Amino acid sequence: MKPTLAAAAVLLAVWPVSQPLRAQTQAQDQCIACHQELDGELAEPAKKFKDDVHAHAGLGCADCHGGDPKAEDADASMSKARGFVGRPSATDMPRFCDRCHGDANYMKLYNPGLPVDQLTKYRTSVHGELNAKGDTLAAQCASCHQPHEMRPSNDPTSSIYPLNLPHTCAKCHGNAAYMAPYGIPTNQFEQYSTSVHGKALLEDHDLGAPACNDCHGNHAASPPLEAAIPNVCGNCHAFNAELFAKSPHRDAFEAQELPACETCHGVHAITILTTANLGEGSESVCMNCHEPGDGTRGIEAAVRMQRGLDSLESGYTRADSLLLEAERKGMYVDEAKFTLKDARQSIIQAHTLVHSFDDSTLHVKVDSGMAILASVTETAEAKVAESAFRRWGLLVSTLIISFVAVLLYLKIRQIEKH
Amino acid sequence: MSAASEPQPLGRALGWLDERYRIRELLGFLGHKTVPLGPHFVWYYFGGVSLFLFMVQVLTGIMLLLYYQPGEATAHESVKFLISEVQFGWLVRSLHSWSANLMVGAIFVHMFSVFFTRAYRKPRELTWVSGFLLLALTLGFGFSGYLLPWDELAFFATKVGTDIVGALPVVGDFLLVLLRGSEDVTGATLTRFFGIHIALLPGLFTMILAVHLIQIQRQGMSEPEHLQKQPAEKRRSMPFFPAFLLRDLLLWLVVLNVLAVLAVVFPWELGPKADPFAPAPAGIRPEWYFMFMFETLKLLPAHIWIVEGELFGILVFGIGGLLWLLVPFLDRGSERGARHRWLLRAGIVVVAYIAIMTARGYMQ
Repeated sequence: MKPTLAAAAVLLAVWPVSQPLRAQTQAQDQCIACHQELDGELAEPAKKFKDDVHAHAGLGCADCHGGDPKAEDADASMSKARGFVGRPSATDMPRFCDRCHGDANYMKLYNPGLPVDQLTKYRTSVHGELNAKGDTLAAQCASCHQPHEMRPSNDPTSSIYPLNLPHTCAKCHGNAAYMAPYGIPTNQFEQYSTSVHGKALLEDHDLGAPACNDCHGNHAASPPLEAAIPNVCGNCHAFNAELFAKSPHRDAFEAQELPACETCHGVHAITILTTANLGEGSESVCMNCHEPGDGTRGIEAAVRMQRGLDSLESGYTRADSLLLEAERKGMYVDEAKFTLKDARQSIIQAHTLVHSFDDSTLHVKVDSGMAILASVTETAEAKVAESAFRRWGLLVSTLIISFVAVLLYLKIRQIEKH
Repeated sequence: MSAASEPQPLGRALGWLDERYRIRELLGFLGHKTVPLGPHFVWYYFGGVSLFLFMVQVLTGIMLLLYYQPGEATAHESVKFLISEVQFGWLVRSLHSWSANLMVGAIFVHMFSVFFTRAYRKPRELTWVSGFLLLALTLGFGFSGYLLPWDELAFFATKVGTDIVGALPVVGDFLLVLLRGSEDVTGATLTRFFGIHIALLPGLFTMILAVHLIQIQRQGMSEPEHLQKQPAEKRRSMPFFPAFLLRDLLLWLVVLNVLAVLAVVFPWELGPKADPFAPAPAGIRPEWYFMFMFETLKLLPAHIWIVEGELFGILVFGIGGLLWLLVPFLDRGSERGARHRWLLRAGIVVVAYIAIMTARGYMQ
């Protein structure tokens, strides 16, 4: 290493460690005091900063922008002699933030759990590559992280909170004019909103549902490679990925360069595939590649799987409606309803087993589910029959009581006549 | 002695008992007892209906005891087993729950009919007092029995109900722990409520009921004032035995049938098992007969002058209950036949208040 480079490296390593010593409270910060009095965009940072995660950590303007926050004179406080760096350009921004966020020793003082490899990852991302080439439109730190009002990812008002993240990405990726130079579609958010993932996150507010970053990565954001798709989906859908990896489809897809999960499920507009999407009907996704009698026996297996799932689902619907009928008639069916949950579980497991593309494996689960349903149906029918028995019993007892009451009434009349 | 004059087996048994207990005297007394007839006649039945429903309670309660197991781990399970597995267990539980509610209703009707016909007037002041005590014990039966299935709603309703006791000044904390068996509603509370429901309350109730029935039998049924003032030839009556008793029995049969219909068509539900660590479910409410008090306490502001709103409400209900107990002694002109309009108006206000607040509670 050359002496100048070595000196620069030492300076870079030592400088951030000294930052906390320079951390100022906002009350003493002349930057805030002056900028609050200004107009327009020069005032905005000072007004917003009080809620910023950095302000909460005790950092001031000078900790990022340099300068002297104690000097009351504007020229003195923002003089280069006092280390003022001002507003970094879009291409400088990643290194600007990395002065602290890339330093493990410094970050330990504030948030030891926060990774310090954001810049490394960012440089592997499509955004980072474009930024390194001088593209000022490509997303950098400030594009996603709300400068001067930055909040941690678990803060519901943060731009990177799971519920807000798709909107943050869509600010650029949903803007056709902004994306025009890159020639990529801008309908991802629209499609995602209609998907099973988007509905779970945006409508049901299920924070476990994936947002953009769960598939594309955060700082290393890029479209998943075709070979990586089963692994990316498999992070959540582990059994499906495992079954797919052992299935004949894996090699067949690779040979034809088909993206694994995406081939049947789509990309951003991922919907729940149902039993109707198997077999050889008009909604079949199997028919996209297979044909009856094409020698692969794929459609034949798909039809058998569809029949198995159909019988399981229709059996479930029948048992469920019978239990509902018994319950409506006042019967206690909680035990049977609890058992029915096992059948529901069998249906979910059977749908997962479709990813083995082996109908005999699937039918083992279908058979066990059908056995549970048979027992629930038998119980439900017995309960419905018992409710009828109760009503007949009530009718008979009413007749008996009425008969005794009439006799009693006649006796009273007889007594009262005398 | 000839065969024709040979006493029948029933007559022989009666003779045997009379020789020892002078039973013919008692039968003679019953034979002479009469029930005044008039437009008010229908109200006489509600005491008998309350008694019949109490008998149903005792019978079905004993049957439930054969399967019910008190305890945090067993109460809900045993009731679940009873209603799902035991032959006619569902029917017995349903009859017990429905007859408990009908019994409270019948007692309320009985009490207000006595109030508005001023049947509490001399010499029946203490009959009113014993009746009031029976009502209080019946409400105690309802409150303690509600918790026994140990389901979610009962658990939280008991928590709210016992919290109200804890709001009393000086003795509140002591009474709360005494009732609950600890600071919170736990398995200890369940065991206590079980003991209160099946031993303490039935014992007290039976004793006071016996006193109440003896008072009624000794003094006969009260005749409304306006009928008493009529000339003797215009006053009509009916022998208590057997005419009125048979009419009572006829009505009991009708009530039994109503109970059967309710139990079969609307079997009493069992909610999910109580979980002390779960958040309170929406719609916690007490049994309907406590609703007017619950609703009032909900409506009171946090503070009324220097007194806490809840405490103020409890004190008002406490004083109201005491005044209600002392009605025969407050209505001093009743023995002279004087009419106290303010008492009549107060009674109407009480009935209207209970009805409006109960309806409001169910409309919320």
